[in-house]
Amino acid sequence: MKVMVCPLNGPRPVSEFAYGGEIRTSPNPDTCSDAEWSAYVFNRSGSPGAKYEWWCHIASGFWFAVLRDTTRDVVVATYPAEAVRCGLTPLPAGGASA
Amino acid sequence: MMHRLDVQPGECLDRRQVLNFSFEGRNYQGYAGDTLSSALAAAGVAYLARSFKYHRPRGILSFANHDSNTLLQVDGVPNVRGDVTLLREGMRVSAINTFGGLAHDKARVLDRFARLLPVGFYYKAFHSKRLFAVWERMFRALTGLGEVNLGAAREATPKRYGFCDVLVIGAGPSGLSAALAAAENGAQVALVDESLTPAGNGAPAALLDAVHASNAITHFPATVAAGYYADHWVALASATHMTKMRAKAVVFATGVIAQPAVFRNNDLPGVMLAAGAARLLAHYGVAPGRRVVFIAANLEAYLHCLEFHARGVPIAAIVELRAAPDDHAAVTACAAAGISVLPAHAPYEAICGPDGAVAALLVAPLNVAGQIDAGATRRLECDAILMSVGWAAAAQLFLQAGGSTRFLDALQQFVPQELPSGIFAAGRLNGVYDIDARLADGRRAGSQAAAHAGFGAPSSAVIARSKRCPSHPFPIIDHPRGKNFVDFDEDLQVKDLENAAQEGFDSSELLKRYSTVGMGPSQGKHSNMNALRILARYRGIGVEALGLTTSRPMYHPVPMKLLAGRSFYPERRTPVDAQHAAWGAVWMAAGNWRRPEYYAVSGESRAESIDAEVHAVRGAVGIIDVGTLGKIEVHGPDAAELLDRVYAGRYSDLKVGMTRYGLMLDESGVIIDDGVIARLGEQLFYFTTTTGGSATVFRELLRLNALWGLDCALMNVTGHRAAFNFAGPFSREILQGLTDIDLRDEAFPYLAVRSGKVAGTAVRLMRVGFVGELGYEIHMAAGNAVEVWQALCASGKPKGLRPFGVEAQRVLRLEKGHFIVGQDTDGLTDPYEANAMWAVAMKKPFFVGQRSLRILQARGPRQKLMGIELAAATPLPKECHLVIEQDAIAGRVTSVTHSRTLNRSIGLAMLSPALAEIGRDIRIRVDDGAMLAARVVAAPFYDPKNLRQRVDFRS
Repeated sequence: MKVMVCPLNGPRPVSEFAYGGEIRTSPNPDTCSDAEWSAYVFNRSGSPGAKYEWWCHIASGFWFAVLRDTTRDVVVATYPAEAVRCGLTPLPAGGASA
Repeated sequence: MMHRLDVQPGECLDRRQVLNFSFEGRNYQGYAGDTLSSALAAAGVAYLARSFKYHRPRGILSFANHDSNTLLQVDGVPNVRGDVTLLREGMRVSAINTFGGLAHDKARVLDRFARLLPVGFYYKAFHSKRLFAVWERMFRALTGLGEVNLGAAREATPKRYGFCDVLVIGAGPSGLSAALAAAENGAQVALVDESLTPAGNGAPAALLDAVHASNAITHFPATVAAGYYADHWVALASATHMTKMRAKAVVFATGVIAQPAVFRNNDLPGVMLAAGAARLLAHYGVAPGRRVVFIAANLEAYLHCLEFHARGVPIAAIVELRAAPDDHAAVTACAAAGISVLPAHAPYEAICGPDGAVAALLVAPLNVAGQIDAGATRRLECDAILMSVGWAAAAQLFLQAGGSTRFLDALQQFVPQELPSGIFAAGRLNGVYDIDARLADGRRAGSQAAAHAGFGAPSSAVIARSKRCPSHPFPIIDHPRGKNFVDFDEDLQVKDLENAAQEGFDSSELLKRYSTVGMGPSQGKHSNMNALRILARYRGIGVEALGLTTSRPMYHPVPMKLLAGRSFYPERRTPVDAQHAAWGAVWMAAGNWRRPEYYAVSGESRAESIDAEVHAVRGAVGIIDVGTLGKIEVHGPDAAELLDRVYAGRYSDLKVGMTRYGLMLDESGVIIDDGVIARLGEQLFYFTTTTGGSATVFRELLRLNALWGLDCALMNVTGHRAAFNFAGPFSREILQGLTDIDLRDEAFPYLAVRSGKVAGTAVRLMRVGFVGELGYEIHMAAGNAVEVWQALCASGKPKGLRPFGVEAQRVLRLEKGHFIVGQDTDGLTDPYEANAMWAVAMKKPFFVGQRSLRILQARGPRQKLMGIELAAATPLPKECHLVIEQDAIAGRVTSVTHSRTLNRSIGLAMLSPALAEIGRDIRIRVDDGAMLAARVVAAPFYDPKNLRQRVDFRS
């Protein structure tokens, strides 16, 4: 079983965490087109590489952001949720390996 | 013939303690410390097994659990590994996979039909669908291993969790010195070795003593590192339990595995790997025979030979495959001892004696090109043939850990190439063979592993690999009549592999799967290397161009009991679980909870009980435990803002003391949950979620709150608080007698929420309408729930109260036309389709799903949830039966029941828009294909004007 380092709780087995999906920026719902909105809602990039993801430490209910390289299955960095609100550093297009 | 010698120095036996056991019905004796294999060998039992396919007699080969020749049935337990299982008094042992016993196995006739069993036989035989069943029955019976005792008692085995800084796998010279070096650097070390007797495999005694004296080293003897998992999690399997070891760094000192020479009849009992025979001799005092021939292609052969000679085992000859042996003192010593060496000779054929074991070896000269002169064979009389021709790296676990290997021509061995972070290799696995170099390599790896784990500085020593080649490049001798076995588990001969390659399965992965080489219980430990060499020769390329296949966990087969879990299915129970049971509850699973489906009453059928429960609610009063609903509190200045954003309705304008239905959507506008939201204060809301959705809804609200950074906090009080729905025309009257809260309509209107006391307990009381009668949801601390339940039941009983279960509630809500999220809606249902737009405040600036609803609004619904009714006499369709229109699917039934209250069958159906108009006749296709007539009607079916919510309706 993998170990994940939670910014609040330290290293814990990954079974204590829930995956919350890739972190994606919503287009402005008031100005975007229907097609843009549909693409945001329904389309996901399956390409391997570095991705920002939501993870939750279930027992403490703590949500945080994870930069994970899905090609190597390695957590590169973690961030508190405020970092998501303030805007994470954009990744290179195509999700190149970090 | 194998036999026991006098006491040997350093043996593992206690000869004062004699153990009796039986094999194939005959009684034998062994000593304490013997393994099953050594005891049987000492007793002179020539062979222990019949082979998998041809049912040829087989004896000890590796004596290291690297072959399946010594799998035995012991006291009803199948596939016990004789090489590594200690003998116990009274064991009843038998061979596996025989028909009528080991000696007279009826299936031994298969050996003569070997030509009819070509490689890929299963694929070829099973090709015909017509004959498949015949073949399958036959081969399930013929092949296979031990017999599973289906009546065996269940054995629970403990799972342990271990933690260490450095895990060292293998306690040979390099492993021991790695463990000690890591411990000296300050790391906590776990040292794992599979052998029963951790003798150090040639390590200096002082090193063994130092390792045993170290407090920082935890020993795991007789334990297999069976599987490697992410982040240095290693499964350590012992005979009795599994330890899940989490390490910060791992040293692989797994060594090398002795490989057989491949020649005709190399599987005869008496043909053994020299390394195994040497252990048998040194640790168990068992001599392999009275006239031993060595087949040699490395220095180790001569070292073993001297050892055998010193212990008085007669050596007939050393058959040396190479043109000349190493220039080494051991070789000179052999010559000095008068042992004859036949250089540039190869074993051509082992000859079978009358007892089924080896009686002689035919050898033939081998020229420089590796070709054999079959016309010039010589016969060497012997009763044992010991092979020491090469090694294969025990890299299985290393490969599982993500390491890569490359093939070194000079060593004829795969060695680690790329090491993942925290992984280190040492010793012969690394291609380091001389003892001093192995010790130094261990120290280097142990120091580096400790440094990786944060202890000390890493060693920068560079240890050179062996200069001599320990393995022959091609210890494989062709024979026109075959039976030169490569894989002893799977009975594969040289020609089988060549034929497989010829049929196109000529990569190592394809060859493995088609021929099954390496797919037996020993997973290729003694066969993969030779198979690769045969494939490389066939293709005219080098072994390095082929590459190793990665074997899966487990490294050795592990008893299922070590892996089996605990059958642990936790179930949540509400605080009044015992009260339900006392009322005769029949349970059903709801999410993680158990809930009463209905309450059984003697003399009533299930349907009658459910009917009576419904009737009690409609006519008198009923109580249902709704404590399984998710219950969440949100506190803070932005509490209303959060709810406005996550629910489709508006809550910022909800008055304190009132409740409002809440519908939750996902980003695509699909309904995912619902509940009731109560405003207890300006900055405090208390709300419910569905039973199944409580955990995920709460978690998602936490995420959104963290993302938006609103000034409010959420608390999940699902388990803290109990809840009942107390409903029926008498509910107000009964409840008023138990509470200080003013229940008069003007003081406590429909959809209001009040705090106060019921039966002396602090409660939150909500006036709700889910079941369609005057009713109150009573929320209280879980610890006080029993008192409240009992007080309500006691007061209600004289008025005809019955507790009602989930089934009755489904009928009651269906009569009111209320949908259940997840039953009447699915993963595509939006509020337009579910007629739930009344609960959506589209004018809000934002809520989750709003933008998608705008798109859906413009597009119009693709289906519509409508009420349906069927005549009372019509048989009831089932949920999910399809609505058929013009031979096409035009909808489905989502809920259906017979309503005694209404004297007709009612339901909800998701219908295509064309059918979704009141009065429309539809047809429903049921299980047997019959079509039922139904009509689309308006819901609610019962009390459409909600008159029964009025307090004065009855009184």
